[in-house]
Amino acid sequence: MRTRTKLTNSVAVLVFLLCGLCATAQESHIGDLTGNAKHGNALYQRYCIFCHGVYGDGRGESAPYLDPKPRDFTKGAFKCRSTPSGSLPLDSDLYDTITHGMYASGMPSWSPLVGQDRADLVAYIKTFSPRFQQEKPDPPVKIPAEPPDTPDSVKRGAELFQSMNCWTCHGKDGRGYGPSAASLTDSKGYPITPFDFTSGRQFKCGNTNRLMFRDLVTGLDGTPMPDFNDAMKPDQIWDVVHYIRTLSVGKHDP
Amino acid sequence: MEIVAVKAVKKIGVQLLLGAALLAVAMPAYAIPAFARKYGLPCSACHEAWPMLNNFGQTFKDNGYQLGRDRDSPIYQQPGYWPIAFRVTPTWHRESNTRATLDTIPGNPASGPIQGTVTASGFDVGGIDIITGGTLAKNISFFVQPYIVDSGAGLSQAWMRLDNLLGSHWLNVKVGRFELDEPISQERTLFLSNTGGEYYNYFFTPPGDNNIFTGIGNYQLGLEVLGHSDNDHTRYSVAVVNNSNGDTGLQGSQAYDVYANFNQSFNIPRLGLQRVGVYSFVGESPTYYQTSGGAPIAGTGMGDKGFYRAGAYGQWFVGKFDFQTFYEHGHDNVFLGNSLPSNQPSLLPPGAVGPSWNGGFLEAHYDYNPRLILLGKYELVNMANQANPQTRSNFGNLDVWTVGYRWYPIMNPRAGLAWVQEFSQIVNSGVPTLSGKNDISNSYLMGLDFDF
Repeated sequence: MRTRTKLTNSVAVLVFLLCGLCATAQESHIGDLTGNAKHGNALYQRYCIFCHGVYGDGRGESAPYLDPKPRDFTKGAFKCRSTPSGSLPLDSDLYDTITHGMYASGMPSWSPLVGQDRADLVAYIKTFSPRFQQEKPDPPVKIPAEPPDTPDSVKRGAELFQSMNCWTCHGKDGRGYGPSAASLTDSKGYPITPFDFTSGRQFKCGNTNRLMFRDLVTGLDGTPMPDFNDAMKPDQIWDVVHYIRTLSVGKHDP
Repeated sequence: MEIVAVKAVKKIGVQLLLGAALLAVAMPAYAIPAFARKYGLPCSACHEAWPMLNNFGQTFKDNGYQLGRDRDSPIYQQPGYWPIAFRVTPTWHRESNTRATLDTIPGNPASGPIQGTVTASGFDVGGIDIITGGTLAKNISFFVQPYIVDSGAGLSQAWMRLDNLLGSHWLNVKVGRFELDEPISQERTLFLSNTGGEYYNYFFTPPGDNNIFTGIGNYQLGLEVLGHSDNDHTRYSVAVVNNSNGDTGLQGSQAYDVYANFNQSFNIPRLGLQRVGVYSFVGESPTYYQTSGGAPIAGTGMGDKGFYRAGAYGQWFVGKFDFQTFYEHGHDNVFLGNSLPSNQPSLLPPGAVGPSWNGGFLEAHYDYNPRLILLGKYELVNMANQANPQTRSNFGNLDVWTVGYRWYPIMNPRAGLAWVQEFSQIVNSGVPTLSGKNDISNSYLMGLDFDF
C-alpha cells in the first residue's frame, strides 16, 4: 500500500515538474525579440495579475468592477488577431494588444514597457492555455490593397450593412442599439454592448481602415461579432469599411 | 505544563514569521488608493515601490492622470468614487546629535557650554497628507495636496493642468503650486527618517547665504509647460515661477525664475530602460527690500542678484537593482552668499566671491519582489568656493548615508501599508561645534507608511 502511494506521489511530482518545464520553456517570437516566460511571470505579477488573475482566467481582484471583463487567457481565444476566427493568435497579435491596449476597456497601453518586457509577457500569457502547446496558429488572413473610397463604395457598403444584418446589433444608424443589442453576451455570458460607430471613438483593435478590414475578416473571438470571411468578398468588406467610416464623420477622438 | 505552553507560543511565533515571509515572497503588490480604485490596477503597475514611480506610472502622470482608453473621464466612475487618498506615517524613531553644545549644568546657562550628546526617542506621527487628484474632464487634470500637522494645516500643492493641447503629448500646461519636474522626485522618496528623508542637494544653500531660493526641492508657484513622447521615453519641462521660493502671498520681488529639465530613456538589451537627463534652475533673488520703519515690506524685493543650480542625473536598471545618480553644481551671487544688500557693495569683505559648490548622491534599490525593497543612499555636498575667503574651505560640507528597507505586507485596492526600517547618519561641517569637529547626527526609524 505504502509502495503504491509512493509511486503515485512520484508520478504526481514528475507530472508537476514536466508541466513546470513546459510552462517555463514557453517562448514568444516577435520580430527580433524572443520572449521568455520566466521573466514574463515576474512582469505579470507586477502589472497584470490584478485584473487577469493568478491563473490567467480573468478573475483578478479588480475583475468584478470592470466592464468589459478582463480576458480569460486559459481559453486561448483573443479578440484582436490577424488569424482566422477560432485560431490561436500570432505572438505579434498579443504583443500588439499589450502595446496598444484595448480601447473602451480597462486595458491600458503598456507601451512604456520596453519591447523585451512585452515579448516576455506574451510568452508568459501563452502558458495559461494548453492550446498553445497543442496547436499552431493558422496563417494570418490576407488583406488586399484598399480600393478608392468613393461614394459608390460607400453606397454599396450601406446596402451590405443592411443585407448582412450588421444592423441587428449595431442598429440601422450604427449607434449600437440594434434589436439584438440588449440580449448580447460574450463567451462567458457577460452582457456586451455593440460598438457605436457614430461615437467617433477608436475601435478596440485599432483605428486604421486596414485593421477594420481585419476585424471584419477575423471576427472578434469571445464576442458575438462573427467573421465575414466567407460571407463577403474582399471588395465588399472594403465597401463596408468605407460606409462605417461615414458614420463618424465630424467626430474626433484624439 | 508551562514549558509546553512556551514551546507552543514559540512554535506559533515561528509559523507566523514563516507565514509572513512566505507572503512577502509569494503575493503580488496591490493598489495605491485614489488611482488604483479608479482603474483597478495594482499599485505595483505604477510604482517601483510606492511612492516611487516606474516608467508606466510616470507616463500615466505625464498624460495628466489618463490611461487614454476611454475610461479616464469621471463619468465612468461609480458615484461613490471620490478621488482622494490619505497618507500617514506613525513611527517610532530615535534621534541623536553627538556634538551638541549644552549647558554644563542643565538649566543654568551661566555654567558655561560643554559638548555632549543629545538623544531623543519615542513614538511619533509626522502628520497627514491629503492627496486628491485626477481628471475634471478629458484632458483637464488637477492635483490638490493639503496636509495636517499638530500646529495646523497647510497646502503643499494645488494645480490644474491642460493636457494634450493641439492633440499632442508634447504640449501640456500646468498652473498653480507644484513640485518641479525634479530629476528624482523628492515627493516620492522612499526614505522617511529625519536625516535620511530628504535630498540635501535639493535644499542646499551655504551657511550664511540669504538667497530666498532654497532649492529645487521646494514647491514652486508658477506655470509649467511640459511634454513627452508617446511612450514617455523623451520628456521635457520648462517652468516659470515666482522668485519667492514657492511662498504664497507675493513674498519676493517681481522677477521670475526659470527651471528646465530634459531627460531621455534608452533601452539596453537585457537590462531594460535607462534614463539620463539634465536640468537647471536659473533665477534672481532680492538682496534688500523697501522698508517701513526699518521693517521690510513683503513683495518689494530689490537689488536682485543671480544664482543657478544645474546638473545631470541618471536612473539605471540592472536586473533587480536600480541606481539613481545625481550631480548638482550650485552658485550664488556674492551679495547673496554674504547676506549683504547689493546697494552697499562696500560692506563686502575683501576677496569676497559668489559661493559655489558641488554635490550629488547615489541611491540604490534592490527589488526583491514588488512587496519588498532594500534601500541605500549616499549623498554629499562639497563647497568649492566660500563667499567669504576667511571661512574655512569645508564649512557647509555634508555627508549623509542611509540604509533601510520597505516591506508592503498588506495592500489591497483600498489601502497600502508599508513597514519601514531605516538608519541614517549625517556629518555636517556647517554647524559650529565646541571641539571644532564635524557635527554628527544619527536617526533610526521604524514604523508604518500607510495610505488609504
